[in-house]
Amino acid sequence: MAANEEPKGAGALRNAFGNILCFFILLLIGVIAFSIRLFSVIKYESVIHEFDPYFNYRVTQFLTKNGIYDFWNWFDDRTWYPLGRVIGGTVYPGLTLTAGSMWWILNSFNIPLSVETVCVFTAPVFSANAAWATYLLTKEVKGTGAGLTAALLLAMVPSYISRSVAGSYDNEAVAIFALIFTFYLYIKTLNTGSLFYATLNALSYFYMVCSWGGYTFIINLIPMHALLCIVTGRYSSRLYIAYAPLVVLGTLLAALVPVVGFNAVMTSEHFASFLVFIIINVVALVYYIRGILSPKMFKVATTLVVTLGITVCVAVVAVLVAMVASSPTKGWSGRSLSLLDPTYASKYIPIIASVSEHQPPTWPSYFTDINVLAFLVPAGIIGCFLPLSDASSFVILYLVTSVYFSGVMVRLMLVLAPAACIISGIALSDSFNILTQSIKVHLGKLLSSASVAGDSTSENSASQTEPKASKHTPGEKSEEITKEKQPKKNRKKEKEKEKGTVEKVSNKKQSEKRALILPLEVSVVAILLIVLLGAFYVIHCVWAAAEAYSAPSIVLTSHSHDGLHVFDDFREAYAWLRHNTEVDDKVASWWDYGYQTTAMANRTVIVDNNTWNNTHIATVGTAMSSPEKQAWEIFNSLDVKYVLVVFGGLVGYPSDDINKFLWMVRIGGGVFPHIKEPDYLRDGQYRIDSQATQTMLNCLMYKLSYYRFVETDGKGFDRVRRTEIGRKYFKLTHFEEVFTTHHWMVRIFKLKPPKNRIRGKVKKSKSGSKSNAANKIEAKGRQNPWH
Amino acid sequence: MAISRVVLFLFFWNAILWTPARSDLVILKLDRKIDLTSQTVRVTSSLKIENAGPSTASKVLLAFPSHQARNIAELRSFYREGKSKVSSDQLRVELVEPQGMPPDLTFYAVQLQKDLRRGEILNLDVLAVFTHSLKPFPEQISQTEVQLVVFQDSAYYLSPYVVKVQSLGVKLPSKNVESFTKFENSKLIDSEIKYGPYENLPVFSYTPIVVHFESSSPFAVAQELLREIEISHWGNVQVTEHYKLVHGGAHNKGGFSRFDYQSRPFASESSSFRHLLARLPPRAHSVYYRDEIGNVSTSHLRGDSRKTELVIEPRYPMFGGWKTSFTIGYGLPLKDFLFQSEGRRLLNISFGCPIEDVVVDDLIVKVVLPEGSKDFYSSVPFSTKQWEEIKYSHLDIAGRPVLVLKKTNVVPEHNEPFLVQQSFTAEGASDASFWIFLLFVAYIVFMHVDMSISKSSASYISKLQWDEVQTSLQHVLSVINRCLAVHGKLEASLRDLSRTGDVRSCKAARKAADSVFKELLKELNLALGSLQSSPQAAQIWPKVEELVAKERELQERLILKHSSVVDSYEKKHSGREIENRIAAHEQKLVALRHEVDDLIEILDELC
Repeated sequence: MAANEEPKGAGALRNAFGNILCFFILLLIGVIAFSIRLFSVIKYESVIHEFDPYFNYRVTQFLTKNGIYDFWNWFDDRTWYPLGRVIGGTVYPGLTLTAGSMWWILNSFNIPLSVETVCVFTAPVFSANAAWATYLLTKEVKGTGAGLTAALLLAMVPSYISRSVAGSYDNEAVAIFALIFTFYLYIKTLNTGSLFYATLNALSYFYMVCSWGGYTFIINLIPMHALLCIVTGRYSSRLYIAYAPLVVLGTLLAALVPVVGFNAVMTSEHFASFLVFIIINVVALVYYIRGILSPKMFKVATTLVVTLGITVCVAVVAVLVAMVASSPTKGWSGRSLSLLDPTYASKYIPIIASVSEHQPPTWPSYFTDINVLAFLVPAGIIGCFLPLSDASSFVILYLVTSVYFSGVMVRLMLVLAPAACIISGIALSDSFNILTQSIKVHLGKLLSSASVAGDSTSENSASQTEPKASKHTPGEKSEEITKEKQPKKNRKKEKEKEKGTVEKVSNKKQSEKRALILPLEVSVVAILLIVLLGAFYVIHCVWAAAEAYSAPSIVLTSHSHDGLHVFDDFREAYAWLRHNTEVDDKVASWWDYGYQTTAMANRTVIVDNNTWNNTHIATVGTAMSSPEKQAWEIFNSLDVKYVLVVFGGLVGYPSDDINKFLWMVRIGGGVFPHIKEPDYLRDGQYRIDSQATQTMLNCLMYKLSYYRFVETDGKGFDRVRRTEIGRKYFKLTHFEEVFTTHHWMVRIFKLKPPKNRIRGKVKKSKSGSKSNAANKIEAKGRQNPWH
Repeated sequence: MAISRVVLFLFFWNAILWTPARSDLVILKLDRKIDLTSQTVRVTSSLKIENAGPSTASKVLLAFPSHQARNIAELRSFYREGKSKVSSDQLRVELVEPQGMPPDLTFYAVQLQKDLRRGEILNLDVLAVFTHSLKPFPEQISQTEVQLVVFQDSAYYLSPYVVKVQSLGVKLPSKNVESFTKFENSKLIDSEIKYGPYENLPVFSYTPIVVHFESSSPFAVAQELLREIEISHWGNVQVTEHYKLVHGGAHNKGGFSRFDYQSRPFASESSSFRHLLARLPPRAHSVYYRDEIGNVSTSHLRGDSRKTELVIEPRYPMFGGWKTSFTIGYGLPLKDFLFQSEGRRLLNISFGCPIEDVVVDDLIVKVVLPEGSKDFYSSVPFSTKQWEEIKYSHLDIAGRPVLVLKKTNVVPEHNEPFLVQQSFTAEGASDASFWIFLLFVAYIVFMHVDMSISKSSASYISKLQWDEVQTSLQHVLSVINRCLAVHGKLEASLRDLSRTGDVRSCKAARKAADSVFKELLKELNLALGSLQSSPQAAQIWPKVEELVAKERELQERLILKHSSVVDSYEKKHSGREIENRIAAHEQKLVALRHEVDDLIEILDELC
């Protein structure tokens, strides 16, 4: 109101104030995004979390030590023994290169930060970036107010926090920023039609491809949106500029990333983009031809082209279908297939199904992960339809697809979070707008009735028309919609008035606006409720960040009556391996602990979390499910010196190897059929007590986990399974215990050297059944997959 | 250098002094105590020496078998006055190589402060500290077994002098002795083995003895210790110590059972150790204890105004042969350790390892001085290898000078303060202000440099031209808009006319409009001229031309209509007649107006 009264100078000043305020709000949002993720450092320590981050950390260390060229050519012989792994060609390098260059820049300024510190804080830094990118994206869609709200929501959405707390040094940390930023540049190009932004968009897409396998989401979502625009008759040259360079440049750039390479043009995940590329070119051609031909000629041409085109299309599609059908997975990677068909993984790939983050989420997890956003999203969708622009239709499409994906895999909740934040931001900002406007009008009326000044009423009505006018321009540049930028609106209004067309429209608008004005009491109460909702969200987010998602999972803590208790068993075991075994010793463990063992213990492992070779993992699974002697043979054939098992029975740590054991059986049995899952189950139930099957009680995993366990309390009570173990007293003949951590959580066993042969021969000859023994060996040899 | 000078010196004096000195001195009484309670062997000998020869003696020779001499970590010698008073003055002890001595012996010479004249008697205390002299036997034990070690020495004092009376006491950590060399006058009392007294033994008497006993003291050996002492003139001394620790005792065999370890904590701890105690200087703050994979959570810190004690626990109990590595770091207040005198700054800080009972094989102490320090040197009470380095940290430009001291075989006796002197000039010091300045310069440069790719590039020129075209186009449009406004006025005047019938005011309006039209025409021609000259305008030129033509037509029609209406009014035609007359005009006008509006809209979008 005040700005209205004052001359233009004041408007500019107010605009400047608005910008500065906006800048500082963004700065604070960045600070919040960064600092809410520091709970893990404050409550625990500055340490890399969980499993995959350890691998990334190790790769970053290699990169900073040996340089980029060695990194591309790195063949890692510390893992997948004896196969090894070409790290440079099989890893998404975005995260590593980002952290590596951050470290390099800091160090070239002589700021002595260790690689570990940089890695730990990469994720929080990039969540601040992601919040800013969200601001930009939402601003393109709905204006500054919505942008700021969305950025604030994203800065602390629990779903994203769960993946980006300090120390969680994983691809997703930078990928979410890249995802949002790519979307922003796409929308920006769509709104401006600038080739500059289109190029930036391709580069940003390249960064995303470098960072995360989830880039396929972008390369499918954007074509979907382009197609949607074409189908709904919203084709424009801006759409062409936004889409075509992205596909061409983006695909070329994506093919530069070694891990993607020719997949960028060969796998089915990318076909949608090429198809839409063809369609958009055809559409562009049609528009062009329509421009140069007379309507009659155009009709003739259309019929001609359509008949020809359909035949060609049918031929091409037939060829494509034939090609795709000829490949066993129909050209889709397992993970993508399990996205399209949620039951695919559990049916065919136990190794994907065995990962907890690949399971479908439960309803409560939606509430923990996006909280009140789940309720705001529908309101935001309505906001996106008022009015529907290219940009807002994109956001809706993004939301819908990500909701589907998050329903398939709990891990993809992460992709849903930004969409939910953007749409909720729009909802919140719109409702705030309406409510505050209503209050303003009512207050104005109150004032005017009190002062009986005719002027103020006219002002009021003027101020009312303003926002309406701004809301009016649907398809046009949405940045001009910004409700706070008064001077722009003024200018526009003046322009329109000059044209002499504005009056009618504004009248119409005024009537529209009248409808949006709510009673004063309702608005006040609604604002209070929204603030309350926001407060609840903040409290929940802080709780989630502090309690639910900060645990590094290699250090566990528990609160008991005598204070905080720390379980640092994993690092105890890894440190022991690191210092007290030979550098070339091979350590076998279930694949979960592969990355940690190579990174923390610096020892060669047989399998790790990369899970690229199912047979190899199945071999370890088979060994773990076999009796001691067979297991010893398998391990010995793999040159294994130490076997590491995780056992939670003493302290009640539930995610131990006994609980994962059925997956080992399943994965092992998938490749080596002599391992049968029913052998380990009693009446379909998995149990380790006295009712357990003999196969179960004799397998290596059981023996290694419970070796001498009964001596601790005399009964052998397992606190995870809440039962007494089935077989209590037994001896190990082919393995010996070399280390067990303080809380027994990690136990390391060494393979005993083979017994003296002469003695064995004497024994055999004594037993007098030479042929029998030979047969036995042969039979065993067959069972051993390495013979 | 010092050693070579000594060697030269000795070479010079040997012929004159040495041979008589060897025989002239006589050890009247010798009391030797060997302390085996910890992993370092401390041998304290008290000598009563008489100069029996004619000449004065300036030094006393000490002899060690070479295999023992290799393990000597420290050799000190003091005067003793009276029964137990030991003077604090340390005597200089140097390695010498006298001639004519038996092989495989290493000699050290104690330099006397005052020459020993004929017949005079001297009381001397010698402390020798040996590392790695206790050999575990058997070399491998299982977790529950007790560690046994072997110590070898001579029952007689090995000396180039005649010893009149001597005795030896070997102090053991416990009563449990596996065996010891039985010899005349040897007996075991409690935890001490006594040999002697023996009388009138000739020079270089040597009789090996072996003691095999139980030792449960921790054999913590730091194979490498790097201490970095960083001085910041902001008021802090930061000490960072990187340890590579090993249990130097009997190796553990047959695995490690956590159950056995936990069920019998006392018995099983005999051969392993769990804690280490570091005595840090008082007022140490920001203490941390970590290793390469993160913080080690098992540590306790307690302290008062006189001391700070840090109890650290390695990640796992240390059994024989097990290794670990870790880092501890702490900050110290600068004023406790840095003093100023005559413009120079003096750092006085302890040299050795703060952890109790740790033998350090290789100790490297790096003193990182602030950037800009000059003329620095150190004074250490024992010999060390020294060199200098440069370290860059915290936005340094020139780097910080680092003084590196290296010493092997370090025992707790070396935990003595040493001095580093330096002069400090602020000129050499660059701090963050330099970078802030650089930032400003960069900002200024950035603001004054045109970042566009090239001014002469085609795209840049075309962009400029396009801008011009746009401005002139806007100008044209504004002129036309004004024309249209005048049209509106004319129409209004006609409406007024029909209402009031005031012909004169209508004519006046017409006149005013005519003059405005003329002015506008001039402006329009000007704008059109500039627009036409620009090649960029070629595309839109036809539209503009059309617009101008249409507008002119519109204008003419309007004037025509206007004049005819006015004419009719003057001639007092009826309303119906007037309408008939202008109907054709009206139709055309609406059509034209529509076209003009369309054109304006199209051109408006281009701007």
